[in-house]
Amino acid sequence: MTQPILAAKGLEAWYGPARALHGVDFEVEEGGVTAVLGANGAGKTTILRALSGLIRRAGDIRFRGRSIGALATEDIARLGVAHVPDGRGTFIDLTVEENLRLGAHIRADKQGVRRDFDRVFGVFPRLAERRRQQAGTLSGGEQQMLAIARALLMRPNLMMLDEPSFGLAPLVVAEIFRILGEINRDEGVSLLIVEQNASLALDLADRAVLIETGMVALSGPSQAIRADDAVRRAYLGY
Amino acid sequence: MAEFLHQLASGLALGGVYAIMALALVMIYQATHLINFAQGEMAMFSTYFAWKLIDSGQPYWLAFFATVVASFIGGAVIERLVVRPFANAPVLASVIVFIGLSLIFNSLAGWLYGYSVTSFDTPFTGRPWFGSGYMSAHESGAVLVTFCVLALVYVFFRFTPLGLAMRAAAQNPVSSRLVGIRVGWMLAIGWGLAAAIGSIAGMMAAPIVYLDPNMMGGILLYAFAGALLGGIDNPFGAVFGGFAVGVLGNLIGAYVVGAEVKLSVALAIIIAVLVWRPSGLFGRRLVARV
Repeated sequence: MTQPILAAKGLEAWYGPARALHGVDFEVEEGGVTAVLGANGAGKTTILRALSGLIRRAGDIRFRGRSIGALATEDIARLGVAHVPDGRGTFIDLTVEENLRLGAHIRADKQGVRRDFDRVFGVFPRLAERRRQQAGTLSGGEQQMLAIARALLMRPNLMMLDEPSFGLAPLVVAEIFRILGEINRDEGVSLLIVEQNASLALDLADRAVLIETGMVALSGPSQAIRADDAVRRAYLGY
Repeated sequence: MAEFLHQLASGLALGGVYAIMALALVMIYQATHLINFAQGEMAMFSTYFAWKLIDSGQPYWLAFFATVVASFIGGAVIERLVVRPFANAPVLASVIVFIGLSLIFNSLAGWLYGYSVTSFDTPFTGRPWFGSGYMSAHESGAVLVTFCVLALVYVFFRFTPLGLAMRAAAQNPVSSRLVGIRVGWMLAIGWGLAAAIGSIAGMMAAPIVYLDPNMMGGILLYAFAGALLGGIDNPFGAVFGGFAVGVLGNLIGAYVVGAEVKLSVALAIIIAVLVWRPSGLFGRRLVARV
C-alpha cells in the first residue's frame, strides 16, 4: 500500500478554550479523494482549519510522511497544500487577475505560471471575461470558481475544499464538481472535500469520513458509507 | 495677488510633505487599522540621522539615500521588536505603544542632538526655478521629490508582486497566508516603507521648518488632517488631502485667522471631517456580493 498524501491521527482543535475536535483520524490517499461529511456544527470546517494551522491544534498530522502539526499556515501552503476556505477567501478589493496572481505568489517559474493562467482561463472562461473586474462584484458561483482557480495556480499536490457547493445553484454546483473531478483525474491533485451535500461528495470521493460533534462516527470507502442505513437516512434523505 | 500666489505656492510645497506623511499613515492604517502616532517622531529622528551624515562631510544625496535605507531597516525592526508583541492586544495598548515610541524618539533626539533649532541643507539651491518668484528653489524641489515618491509608491503597489502581496496581506490576512504569503513580514516591510517615505518628508520639511526634536509635531497633525480629509483608507485621497490641507492651512493662516493659530486649522479640519463625513472625501464604499 502506498503512503497517504495526508494522514491525521488523534487530531484535536480548539476555538479559544473550547475544544471542537476530540481526536479525529482519517487519510487522503495519493491521488485520491476523501470526503468529510456531517451536519452543521459537527466540526467539518474545523478539521480544515486545524490542518492548515489556522487554529490551535494537536495530534499527528502528516503530509507525505512529514509532520506538519507545528508548521505555520504559510509554510503548509508552500508545501503544496491549497486550502479553499469557507466563504471562498476572495480578495474582494482586488481584480480577478490579481486574485489569481496571488495564487501563484509562491512560484518562481514564470513560464509555468503563464501556462497555468491559460489553462485556468480555459477551464473557467467566465474568469477570463472578468479578469479586470473587482473580485467582490462576482457572483457566488464565479467567486467559487475564482477560489478554485487561485488554488490551482499554486500547483498544489493536495487541495482542501470547504463546502464548494455552499449557496450555489444546482447547475453551478454540478459544473464545479465536474471540474473538481477533472482536476483530480487529469492533474493528479488529491482532494479533501468538506461537504454538506453528501450525495455529490460521495459520487466524487473514494473514501469518506462522517463527523459528529467533533468525532469520527464512521469512515471507510465511499460505497460502504453510501450503503450505511443510518447515513442514507440522515444525510442522503431516502 | 502676488502675495496670494506666494501663499498658494508655499502651501503646495508643505502640502507635499503632509501628503507623504499622510501616505505613511495610510499605509500602516490599511494593514493594521491603527494610526501610528510615532510616525512624525520617527521621521524627525531620520532627519537628524541625515543631518549627522551631512555634517560629517557626506554629499547630500548619499546622505539622503543612506537615510532612506536606514529608516526602512529601522521601521521594520521597530515593527518586529516593539509593535508585533501587541498584535493581538486591545487597540488602546497599541495606541499607548505608539505614543511611547514617539516620546522615546523625541527624547532620544533631544538627548543625542540637543533641543536647539538647527538649519538643514537642501540640494535645491540657487535661483528659483522657472524664474518664478512665488516658490523658492527648495520648495519647487520638494514638490518634485514629493511627486517622485508618490509615483514610486504607486508603481510599487500596483505593478510589483511584492506590492500586490502587501495589499493582499493588508486586506485579507487569512487568505493571504493560505496562498503562502508571509503576512508577518509584509507588515514589517510596510512599517519599513512608511518609515522610509516619512524620512523623505522629514528631509524635505527640515529646510522650511528647521530641524529640532519637535519639528514634526505640527506636520503630523496636518498630515493626519489630510489623511482624514481624503479618506483614511484611500492612499490617493490621503495624498490629495495632504496637499489640500497644506494650501488651505496656508491661505486661512494668512488671510483669516493669522499665522499664530494656523495649526488650529488642522484641528478644525479633523473635527469637521469626523462630524460631517467620517469616511473622508474619497473613503471608499465597498461593492460586495455574497
